[in-house]
Formats: sequence, structure tokens, C-alpha cells
Amino acid sequence: MTEAATHNATAAAPIRKPRSRVWGKLLAHRSAMFGAALVSVFILLALAAPILPLADPAAADWAAIRQPPSAAHWFGTDELGRDQLSRMIWGARASLMAGVVSVAIAIAIGVPLGVIAGYFGGWTDAIISRCTEALLAMPFLILAIALAAFLGPSLTNAMIAIGIAATPVFIRLTRGQAINVTAEDYVESAHAIGLSTPVILRRYIFPNVLPPVLVQATLTVASAIIAEASLSFLGLGQQPPAPSWGAMLNVAKGFMAQAPWMAVWPGIAIFLVVLGFNLLGDGLRDALDPRED
Amino acid sequence: MTFRSTFLIAALLGSTALAAQGQTLRIGLESDPDALDPDRSRTFVGRIVFTALCDKLIDVTPDLELVPQLATEWTVSEDGRSVDMMLREGVVFHDGTPFDAEAVKANIERSQTLDTSVRKSEVSSIEEVEVVDTHHVRLNLSAPDAPLLAQLADRSGMMISPASFDSDVAANPVCSGPFKFVSRVAQDRIELEKFEDYWNADEISLDGVTYLPIPDSTVRLANLQSGDLDLINRLAATDVEAVESSDSLTYERADGLGYQGITFNTSNGAKSDNPFGQDARLRQALSLTIDRNAINQVVFAGLNAPASQFSSAVSPYFDEAYPVPERDVEQARALLAEAGYEDGLSLEMQFPNMPVSQQVVQMIQAMAAEAGIQINLTAKEFATMLSDQAAGDFQASQVGWSGRIDPDGNIYGFVTTGGGFNDGKYANEEVDRILAEARTVSDLEERKELYHQANQILMEDLPLFYLYNDAWLYGVSNDVEGFSPSPDGMIRLEGVTLSE
Amino acid sequence: MLSYIARRLLVSIPTLILVSIFVFALQQLLPGDPVLALAGEDRDPETLDRLRELYHLNDPIWMQYLRWIGGVLQGDFGQSIRTGLPVADMIASKLPVTIQLAVMSMIFAALIGIPAGIISAVKKGTITDYVANIVALSGLSLPNFWLGIMLILLVSVRWQLLPASGYVPLTEDPLQSIRTMLMPAFVLGTALAASLMRHTRSSMLGVLRQDYIRTARAKGLGERTVVMHHAFRNALTPVVTLAALLFGELIAGAVLTEQIFTIPGFGKMVVDAVFNRDYAVVQGVVLVTAMGFILMNLVADAAYVMLNPRLKAG
Repeated sequence: MTEAATHNATAAAPIRKPRSRVWGKLLAHRSAMFGAALVSVFILLALAAPILPLADPAAADWAAIRQPPSAAHWFGTDELGRDQLSRMIWGARASLMAGVVSVAIAIAIGVPLGVIAGYFGGWTDAIISRCTEALLAMPFLILAIALAAFLGPSLTNAMIAIGIAATPVFIRLTRGQAINVTAEDYVESAHAIGLSTPVILRRYIFPNVLPPVLVQATLTVASAIIAEASLSFLGLGQQPPAPSWGAMLNVAKGFMAQAPWMAVWPGIAIFLVVLGFNLLGDGLRDALDPRED
Repeated sequence: MTFRSTFLIAALLGSTALAAQGQTLRIGLESDPDALDPDRSRTFVGRIVFTALCDKLIDVTPDLELVPQLATEWTVSEDGRSVDMMLREGVVFHDGTPFDAEAVKANIERSQTLDTSVRKSEVSSIEEVEVVDTHHVRLNLSAPDAPLLAQLADRSGMMISPASFDSDVAANPVCSGPFKFVSRVAQDRIELEKFEDYWNADEISLDGVTYLPIPDSTVRLANLQSGDLDLINRLAATDVEAVESSDSLTYERADGLGYQGITFNTSNGAKSDNPFGQDARLRQALSLTIDRNAINQVVFAGLNAPASQFSSAVSPYFDEAYPVPERDVEQARALLAEAGYEDGLSLEMQFPNMPVSQQVVQMIQAMAAEAGIQINLTAKEFATMLSDQAAGDFQASQVGWSGRIDPDGNIYGFVTTGGGFNDGKYANEEVDRILAEARTVSDLEERKELYHQANQILMEDLPLFYLYNDAWLYGVSNDVEGFSPSPDGMIRLEGVTLSE
Repeated sequence: MLSYIARRLLVSIPTLILVSIFVFALQQLLPGDPVLALAGEDRDPETLDRLRELYHLNDPIWMQYLRWIGGVLQGDFGQSIRTGLPVADMIASKLPVTIQLAVMSMIFAALIGIPAGIISAVKKGTITDYVANIVALSGLSLPNFWLGIMLILLVSVRWQLLPASGYVPLTEDPLQSIRTMLMPAFVLGTALAASLMRHTRSSMLGVLRQDYIRTARAKGLGERTVVMHHAFRNALTPVVTLAALLFGELIAGAVLTEQIFTIPGFGKMVVDAVFNRDYAVVQGVVLVTAMGFILMNLVADAAYVMLNPRLKAG
């Protein structure tokens, strides 16, 4: 697309800043730190799930279905009488993993393709760019829904579907960045002194395309978590009995009137963790943005 | 805030009840019907709309008896090879065309010959429609066909104006029912208005009816609660409590003919080569591990009816000799041991990715585990599940059927060799023979006997077993009077009134 | 300018062809037999075969593709296998619905995003800045469908203020039409507000650094006048072009919003079509959406160039 369209992350652009200054700016960025704190809390909870004194997230009690929050079940119970708190914390693993893994997939495919397109130019670039544009012209969620329907409903497949659907953004971003870097004097000198292409790519191109990719990745984790919840809401994500926030919401929407707590907790959890990633991503962008001094 | 903006906001937020509705009943359906052409229609919700739009030759009572609608009386000949029908006089289609024997002939021939007709197999036994006089037809059959009358009480018996055959029927269906077609916006609404010249107009007091497809049951209920709908179809069983506690709403319930169950792959391709596909004792064991009452209580608030045979308890063909079995884990274990699996075994089961199915299969998974059967669940999107099933790519599958008034429609295609729904390719010559014979017998007692014989074999072989019969649940506004539900799940509007 | 637009349109042709191939390939990969999904409860084998024949599903894929693309070039998008209606008509009837939702959502997004952007730029680095930021990002961080259901339960069921779902055409009853669309537009608008806020903020920050703002301040003009009359007007240009670029996000967001509020628009049509394996509808909607997306990008770029005299000169 165009310059105006690549608005997401390219603002944080060509000049690499000394690392310490970036860190300093990030640490001083209050909303970014708030975001980081939110994200850390959820990551810690997810990691600690096996050692926390929680009920078995799969243990059903059919005599105690859809119980409101109580001393025994702080967050209430779900449609099969399972402990909601436990399922929330175990579900954090699925939801966070969905966000991170799908972005990892998008980066693993998108960044190399973007670098290749931007660095080599010519026909390679033309082909990759046209395909990227075509994919970008198809709405993200529709693409993800079709892919998830193709792969079959499961958490793994939802992550793959979201990852693929998010790839074109990374290709476009990396390509633009790689074109800028390739035009820099130091890359030309590297050519002049006879460094091989793999060395140039590794030493100069990749490190320089990474900062905006990092910003975009953080923001995409946020939208990927929402996307996983959306796919689960349509029945295409995590399948029972394993919990994920999206899958919990999908079930809970049937009980909104009589058991609202079933929908409230996963909704709030998604909101907080996505907000965390968004704030962190914004902060990162500000910190890496050379104009914001 | 200025006066104008205050006014604007007040106007925008003004109570919904202010909007004038007249005497139009607004009904929320669970999905958008497909083509509104009786010969092309395939969806259940489509049949609900047709109930108001298109009269049939024959109607069905809540006791599942066939009663006159457009045909006033009918007699089946001694040899079962012809049916004489006397037609109601003074009936006109919505376009003014009179309804007569020629119209019946034209309609049945259309069902048989239209390129896109999905009714062909239902009326295939009719060799000729003979016009005896203007209000008397004789259907000459190639062979006795007992389920035919029930088909004529459904879409095959719906009459559309022959004058409209050449136009796009689905875009503007012209029938002879109590309401006529006004407009349709796909995925949004279907509007019908009262047909003044209806033969039974005295029974109809509504000015019109609007059907709105709203797939999400929570949103459908919300529309009823907010007064935007007067009646909703498929009220979720777990929402009945919310409806009961409301001052302005009630709910209606009728036992249904449809069921949910588990189908096994007994001989459809390589996947049938698994212990459960090959040994009926294991299927019996699995069925015995299931507490059908518990499923009904936990998932359906006790409102469905636990089931274990193809005829619903409301059907005259229900087999009293086979009541719903109690859960018996000991017996299940014994059967497993007998089959050589005392240490347990595992089974792959697919199910549609919908919350209710998810709950049911999770309960089954937990109950089966107590007897040593480990069920591995695979959720599939419905369209995928259907084709995987047809292709034999499954061991066991949690599926259901919306139910038909004639027993033939609930069992024949599912267990006979080559049947359209027989995805496990179960084959038993005895069952084929009995069910084929039952198609030719019109005496109720004789037919019952045949279906009970088939049931006895099927209860032993268990190529599929049943879990529960879905009950039809409706949320109804207190403004609606005179609505009574029916086992066939249709919404009949005769006698229904709406107060403002 | 005209030659620029012509060139851009020309370049978008291969993109559209690729889109059409991708959509076609993707749906061929979808498991599930459209005829089985279509046949529903009438699964007589003969009927199934006849339907396959009728919709040319037995032909090789390339033939199906050529038949379809040939029709599209003549404005014929094929027939919905489910409703039997021409896809072009279905799209035409959904277009006004989704456009109304899009426009109303943009208004909500602007009402939230632009003031938040101005405030946070003017109060950069203060608590107000952070709060405005968090408020704007909150909309983006809430799952659309969750917010939708919560609103329905509160606003429609509990307070009975607005209709819970559905759609009334603007031409039929304008007031009721707007009332019905109010909640869905709000839900979708909150999700878009964050983008508008970010761009308003950075654009404002850029303008506030300019010399003429310092001059204005030096002249002793009130801060309010400086911000609203001098800075905001100049900062608005890039924000306006962004609105066009949000088109893609709008359509993607509309998918679930329309699903929840049962709005018969593009998003609902395409999701239902994917689940029903109604191929012609999926193809038609995605292709038209892609055209819209490319067109909106073009409009945005053209507007950017025209509104920005410096770029024109250069």
C-alpha cells in the first residue's frame, strides 16, 4: 500500500537509537509501564497455574452448575459446575499463547518475506508485494474465519489461521523498512568491501528492521487475542473441556441473563490483557520514535 | 445542553413501545429460511413460515392425526394403489386463481418435474394424478405408499397458484394460506399480511405476521423481553427460568418428534474397523454408562424428554416395551469384559461445535470414563461434520434429527441399506425388509407391529442410540393469546390474537 | 492528478485478480460438501447429484473459476446456492445497511477519538494524557461481541431504551433506523476511536511544534483559540484521510457486530455464507470488499495529496 497506509509502525523508523535511551524512555512512559504491569500479572498467573492452590479446571460438579460467586468458588461455577476461577487462570494460558504464537507465526513468515522483497527488489518484490496487497485487501477477520473453518475448529488451528491472516501486515512493514535500510550508506559500503549477502542481511538489515516489527508485534498480540476470542465465539477456537477465555465467553453468552458472572470475568480478563499489550505497544512506539524527543 | 439536542436524544431513546405495531405478530426464528418455494425448501424454519403462507392438502393435529385442510376427505383403495381426495370448495389462491383438481395435478407434477425440486423422492410413488371432476382427484400409485399422506401434510402437499409457476416462486410465493406474502429482506425479515379471502378467515384475527431470523438465543430472548418481538421460537431451556420470572412473558412447551443421539460407523470405510463399529456389545455398554436424566437436568433444566428409541413418546408408534434405560455402570463393565475389554478402551467421537452439543458430549465423556471408556472428542463445524460423516471419516458422531410425523421419516433413511442418512452404512436385511413392508401397510395396528419388530432388532444392534427428544420451547409475550404449540414444531396462527 | 489516479487504478487490477484467485482457492480448500450443507434434511442421493450438476460442482476447479470470473466481468456474480437469489442483488441490498453502520460508527469514533487526541496532545505527559489514552484504547481492547451483548442486556432488556437488534431502512423510518443502529455503531465506533485518537494526537503534536503556533501564543491569544482555531484545523487534514483508511478495519469489525445485533449487512452475509458453504456469496462479498478497500486507499491518497499543498509541489 501507500505511505499513508503504512501508518501503524513505520513512524518508529530509520535511525537506531542507543538502546539505553530507548529503555529510559520506555521506563519513564507511565502508561506503557501500566500496560507492562497488566501483561506481567497475567503471564505470571498463567505460568503459576499448576502450582496455585486451584480446583481442577476440568472437575465437573453437576449438582452445582452456574453457581454465583461464593466462598467456595470465588468466581462462581460454569455450566457444568466447574470452578470459574480455576478455568480463568488455566484459560489465560490458552489465550496468551494464542496471542503470542499466532504473532510468532506471522513474524516467522512475514519478516523473511518482507526482507527478501525489500532487499532484492525487482520481480521478487513485485510478486511478494502484489500478493501481500491482495491479502491485505481481504478483511482480516473474514480471512481468519475462512482459514479456521478450513483447518477445523481447535486452538492450534485458530492460532495458525490468525497467524497467517496477520502475516501480510508484517511483510509490508518489513519490506518498507528493508528498502530504507538497504539505501543507507553503510549497507552500500558493506557491498563495496565484498561482504556476502547473508552476512549483510544478518548484520545490517535484520537488526534495523526489528524495532518497528517489535512495536507491531506487541500491538498484533493484542488484536490476536481478540481474534482468538472472536473465533472461539463463532465456535472455531479452543474446544472443550480445555478452557480459553474466548471459549468460555462462547458458552457464557447462552447464560447472560441468568449467570452473568460466567461472561463478566473472561470479558474483563480479555479487556485487561489486551489493553496491557496495546499500552505497551504504544509506549514502545513512542520510545523508538526519533521525532518524539 | 440545548433544547434541540435534548429533544433529539429524548426522541431517539423514546420507549420502543410507542412505535405503532397494529395487529402484526412478530416472531423470532433461529435462522433465515432458504427459498420460499415449497418444492425447493429444505429448512425447518422454512416450514414454519409456510404454515402461515401455504395451505396443504392435509393438516396434522397435536395428537399427530391427519385432518382435512385443502382436502376435505380421502380414501385409500383396498390394494393401496390409489388415493381418492375430495377438495374443499370456494378456496382461492392469493392471486384470485381458484383452487381445484387441476391445480392439485399441476402442483404434484411440478414437485415431480421441476429441475430444482427436492420433493421428487417424496412423491415418486404417484404415477398419475387423475382429475375426476373439479373437486375430486385420484392419485394412482405405482405401489402402496403409507407415508405418502404424511408427505401431503407437509411441503409436498402445499399448493401454489399454477398461474405463478412461470414467475420466480421463491421471490413471490402465491399460495392459499391464511396469510399472503408481502416482502422479504434476506437475513432480516419476512412479512406476511392477512389474506381476506381465506376460506377459514373467521379463525384468523391477526392483520399480519413478520418473521425475523435472530440466530443467537440470548439476543432473541432480549428482543422478546424488550417488547420488540411477541413470540420466539426455540427458547433455550436454560432461559425458561428467566421467562417465568418475568411479569410480561410466559413460555409454551410441547414434546417434539426430533431427537439427538450417537451414530456409529459400522461399515463405512476403514474407520468402521474399530471395536465400537464391530461389536454391538460395546455400543450397548456405552449407552448403559449414560445417565440420560442427568443430561436432561443439567443441560436442559429438565425440559426435554430422555429418549432411547426412534419414536418419540408422543408418537402412536412409541414402543412401550423399551422404556428409557436406567444408568447401569456395572452392567456396562460386564459387557466390556464379555467383549474382551475389561481394562477399558477408547473411542473417537465427533460433535458439532455448538455450546449445547459441547455440554452434552462432555457429560457423556465423564460418564463413560467411569466404566473405562475413554472418549476422545473432536469438534467439527456442522458442514464439515456432515460431509465427513457421509464419507465415513468418523467412529462415532453426535447428531440429531428434527423429526417427522410419520415413523418412516424418522427411521427408514437412517438404518436401511443405501438410505440417505445411513452414514455408518449399517446393513441388516431383516430391518430392510420390515421397514420396506411398513411403507406399504396403512392399518395403524399392523404398522405399529412392524415398527416394534424393527425396533427390537435395532435395540440389539444399536447402530445408533438415542439420548433425548428435543422439546419445542417458545417464549411468548402476555399480549399474545391463543397460541398452542404442537409436536411437529410448527407455529399455527389460527385462533391467535394480539392485544395492544 | 488524473493520470495518477488512472495509474493507480491500473495497478490495482492485478491485485484484484489475485484476490479473486485467493478467495476461490481458499473456498476450494474448505472441507464440507456445499450440496450436503444445502440439502439439509433432504438427502436423497438423486437430489444431491442433481444439485451438484445444477451448480456445476462436478466441473474441474479451473473451469468453475473461469465460469465465475467470466460472469463477474459482465456484472454477474452468480447465484446464491442457498437462497437462489443473484449474488449481485444480494450485495446491492446489503450495501446501504453496511454503509449506514460504517458512517454512524465513524461519527462515534470521531466523537471519542478526536477530542481524546486533542486533549492528550495539549496535555502531553500529564495524567490527563494517560487517561485519555487509556480511554481511547479501551474501546479497541474490548471484544466487540462482548460489549455488544452487555449493551443489549443493559440498554434494551433492563432499561428498554433501544431496540435489541435488527435493522430498519433509513428510507422507511429514519428515526427508528438511527435508533436501531445506535448501539452497533457505538460498539464498532469505540473500536475505531483508538486509531483516530493516535493520529489526532501525533498530528496535533506535530502542528503544536510549528512556528506559527508559537507566534500565535506570543501574540497573546488564549490557549483555547490557539488550539482550536490554529492547531486543530491544520492537524485535521491527515486525520480525515485516515478515516478512509479505516475502511478495512470497519468491515472486519462489522463481521461480528452485525452477527450480534442481527444486522443484515455485509459482515453477517459473509460469515453465514462461509458456514453454509455458499461459495458464490463468499466470493462476491470478498471481491467487492477488496474493491472497496482499494478504492478507499486511493481516495485517501488522493485526498492527502490534494489537501497537502507541499506534496503537490513536490
